[in-house]
Amino acid sequence: MSPARLPARSGEVIDRGRPLTFTWNGRAATGYEGDTIVSALAASGCRVFSRSMKYHRPRGILTADYWDPNTLVQVGDEPNVRAGHRLLEAGMAVSAQNAWPSLRWDAKALTAFGGRALSAGFYYKTFMRPRWLWPVYERVLARFAPGGVIDPDSTPRRHDKRYAHPDVVVAGGGPAGLAAAAAAALAGASVLLVEHEHILGGHLRWGTEQERVLAAELAEAAGAAGVEILCDATVTGRWEDNWLAIVERAGGGGPERLIKARAKVLVVAAGLIERPYVFAGNDRPGVMLSQGVRRLLNLWSVGPGAKAVVLSANEAGDAAATDLEAAGVTVESVDARAGRTVVAAEGPRSGVERVVLSDGKRFDADLLVTAVGWTAPTSLLNMAGVRPTYDPVGARFFPSPPVDHPTRSGASATRSLSAAEAGTVLSTGGINGDGSLDELVGHGEATGRLAAARAATVAHRLQVATAWAAPVNGPEPPYPPDQREPLGRDRHPEMYRSSTDGIVDLSEDVSSRDLRHGAAEGFDSVELIKRWTTATMGSAQGKLETVNVVAVLAEATDSSISQVGTTTWRPPYAPVTLGALAGRMFEPVRISSLHDLHVAAGMHPIGAGQWIRPEHYGDPEAEVRNVRTNVGIIDVSPLGKLDVQGPDATDLLSLLYVNKWRRLAVGSVRYGVMCAEDGVILDDGVTGRLGDDHYLMSTTSSGSGAMEVWIQNWLQTEHPDWRVRVTPVTDAYTSINVAGPRSRDLLGRLVDDVDLSSEAFKYMQVRRGAVAGVGGCVMWRIGFTGELSYELHVPAGYGPAVWQALLAAGSDLGVAPFGLEAQRIMRLEKGHFIVGQDTDALTKAPTAGIEWLIKLDKEDFAGRPELQWALEGEPDGEPPELPRLVAVQPSDPVYVPPESCQIVAVGSDGGERIIGRITSSRFSPTLERSICLAQVEAAYAAAGTQLTVVDVTGRRWTAAVMAHHAHFDPEGERLRV
Amino acid sequence: MLLVLCPNCGPRNSADLTLMGETGPRPDPFAATTVEWRTYLYEEENAAGWTTETWYCRLGCRRFFTTERHRGANRFRHPPLDLPAEETGEAP
Repeated sequence: MSPARLPARSGEVIDRGRPLTFTWNGRAATGYEGDTIVSALAASGCRVFSRSMKYHRPRGILTADYWDPNTLVQVGDEPNVRAGHRLLEAGMAVSAQNAWPSLRWDAKALTAFGGRALSAGFYYKTFMRPRWLWPVYERVLARFAPGGVIDPDSTPRRHDKRYAHPDVVVAGGGPAGLAAAAAAALAGASVLLVEHEHILGGHLRWGTEQERVLAAELAEAAGAAGVEILCDATVTGRWEDNWLAIVERAGGGGPERLIKARAKVLVVAAGLIERPYVFAGNDRPGVMLSQGVRRLLNLWSVGPGAKAVVLSANEAGDAAATDLEAAGVTVESVDARAGRTVVAAEGPRSGVERVVLSDGKRFDADLLVTAVGWTAPTSLLNMAGVRPTYDPVGARFFPSPPVDHPTRSGASATRSLSAAEAGTVLSTGGINGDGSLDELVGHGEATGRLAAARAATVAHRLQVATAWAAPVNGPEPPYPPDQREPLGRDRHPEMYRSSTDGIVDLSEDVSSRDLRHGAAEGFDSVELIKRWTTATMGSAQGKLETVNVVAVLAEATDSSISQVGTTTWRPPYAPVTLGALAGRMFEPVRISSLHDLHVAAGMHPIGAGQWIRPEHYGDPEAEVRNVRTNVGIIDVSPLGKLDVQGPDATDLLSLLYVNKWRRLAVGSVRYGVMCAEDGVILDDGVTGRLGDDHYLMSTTSSGSGAMEVWIQNWLQTEHPDWRVRVTPVTDAYTSINVAGPRSRDLLGRLVDDVDLSSEAFKYMQVRRGAVAGVGGCVMWRIGFTGELSYELHVPAGYGPAVWQALLAAGSDLGVAPFGLEAQRIMRLEKGHFIVGQDTDALTKAPTAGIEWLIKLDKEDFAGRPELQWALEGEPDGEPPELPRLVAVQPSDPVYVPPESCQIVAVGSDGGERIIGRITSSRFSPTLERSICLAQVEAAYAAAGTQLTVVDVTGRRWTAAVMAHHAHFDPEGERLRV
Repeated sequence: MLLVLCPNCGPRNSADLTLMGETGPRPDPFAATTVEWRTYLYEEENAAGWTTETWYCRLGCRRFFTTERHRGANRFRHPPLDLPAEETGEAP
């Protein structure tokens, strides 16, 4: 390695007063603050940075920026770091990727000898047969997989997200973008400027003194105009209505952040990307693009070589030659505009030694610089529906207006951008055309003013469209027409491939020969050749190579570049880490007013939907025994509760539930089941009639949110004329179920204004009164657990007081809290199904054994036709044989089959067939045996049927179908005491 | 992410709302044939053209409303928002 750092020069971005030490493949190296990893390594003489993906050929600097396909490195535990962009930090441990055992001696370079076997599509051809060998192939191929190493033990970072609502987003901080941003801000728009690199100014930064001064002035003007400037950030995707994804990279600071921005107008000022040239040896270290050379020289004062050949087709190439000469490099200029070109770069294994020209001349050189043209990164415009068109005069693609867009009358519409969008995505700068710096800045300013004016129109219309917002004062501003003076197009020679073959896609190691072979094999469209050869699918993602792929394919298929066209540009334009996409989770958790009391009582928590609930307080079976013998209290606050009021409240309930409501007396409660329009059980629960036009309705805990939407949908879309209000009151009440033979005794000590006697307050009735001095409580006498029980709905603020009063008042009665698990055991003992546990998305109501609830003789209700056909058969048909929900007891009383176990039977063909599954199972402490609910085919649902249950190990167990869903107290005598 | 114009809340990200599907009449539950009823349950036209849809403003006013969307172009017909077509055919 020979040091290549030049003496200090004006315009350099390094701080020579701040040296930084780091390691490169384990060896100490130094650079300066302001260096990228690549510039620091190049300054210490490094020429080879990586091995190529397929052939493991040595590779050096090409562009010295973010898109350089040859300088991806590992930094500590971070793989695939773009070393041409990432700023150097002290202590970085940088190592090369794709090299084993070392960058210098790479064993896999042997694949170069077998290059034919690795031709285009070799994966498809070579490893397809025999199929049984694929696991072996896979292991071998995995060892050849390119890229860095992921450390599974690395510390996860926390990525935040930001939402932004600027009037105008400008993508690109070069001269045109800066001018546009400043002009838009001065015109009154809020502007977000997003620059890909670390410093504003675009190509001016590695230009002349005068250009650098202009860049600084433009940047200062944008800042002074109030533009929010993001550097080291990229607008990486654009979707409908200018919804933008902006990736804000760490830049050595915090973790990467994703910004989701809704812009009224997007200005694309992404500049131009220099295009590599295809010829023999074009991937050798020492072959560089003119912009890469100028960046190294002028930003970081690094001399890229001693003797250079510069192939120039434009002013940028000429400027590179001038810069090199000024730095003391011997330069041989080859003017492509005069018809001269390069046909080969030759040399030893890892570098350029000789350059061969088309006229046969040879030059000794260690650096070959090419400046053969530009690619317009129209990606963001393409995502807005703009299709670029090729102009052979300018030798590049230019954006063009959408060819067909929907008109206001809707006469036509296409996948391309709509009328609304066409005016809100603008572009400026090199993407649009060529011109002097004055012309580029002028076009940028005009674009910025236009963007601000159109943003004002959009803002006005958004304001008009927002009904609740302040009324709009004043007329709509006139729609601003586009009166910008268009940029010109300079004549540029068309240069893609020389007379020799070389590498087209350096990230994927695809050569022009591969592309021709692919075309000859029939992959002759650009979308096909891309997938067959993987060209444009590597780390550069087509930024450098797409147009060369198109040009080589056009040549191979004897067509033109415009006929071949480009592949689709999809987001993301620049890579985003998965962590930034995922962001932080903000999942709300719901707790009841009693949560702290549960924690203090030693609850074992369980997540149930959004709720955190007590699963038990230590011993669920003891909790069951206590409820069966004494009295227990459970927090059932998550139960969905809806207050339904209005003259049409009864009509609403009749519509929602399969059962009847008209004759439900005030003061009574009723169990109801709701079905969807396909007859599948949606939800169930108890509803109490508090007054003629007033109900308190309950839904399942898990279904409460969905039921609210379901009910509103019926009210708003089918029966908007009904006079009924449905108010969610789930959180307004703390719900406590007091269950057990001594529950009446306990409640009697705390309730004065309601007669709790079995004659006055019967099973399935509702009363309103005060509990422990807390008025406004609703009491339901119901019994999910199968015991005498009262469900108390207490104003939520008083929940803890009532809960504590119950515990204090009943200490001599043995009162204790019980959790969800004890409740689930007791409901299974009683054979009550749980919607979503014992039913699924195919379970129609008759399956659950609730035919008696379904009232086909009433008016319309949700799911009515399907339920009629399920019960009575379709017209001219028999009733279908629906599966049945049955109670099941294993013959081994201590064996509890896991839930979801399959139930099998021997079919007519002698083989086993699945005929059902266990839906719920527990060990019953009351019966001291295992109990289950199961769904089985109708033919196996008769009481006494012996079933075969298969556990996960394949072992068979026998179990019997029971006569009644309830394993315990089937007559319900305990409820009615 | 589409911008959906809720009649109450104004323009909102489509993720704040739920698309309920194509708007259509519910067949008479006492007269519908099995084919009519199941067409209502399971089938949508899903034409690549203007379609009347029902949306639910899930995170906003919780109202259901209908709007027209072109399912080919993925565009809403929002008269107050649309820029006049005749003025937008220019080069970007």
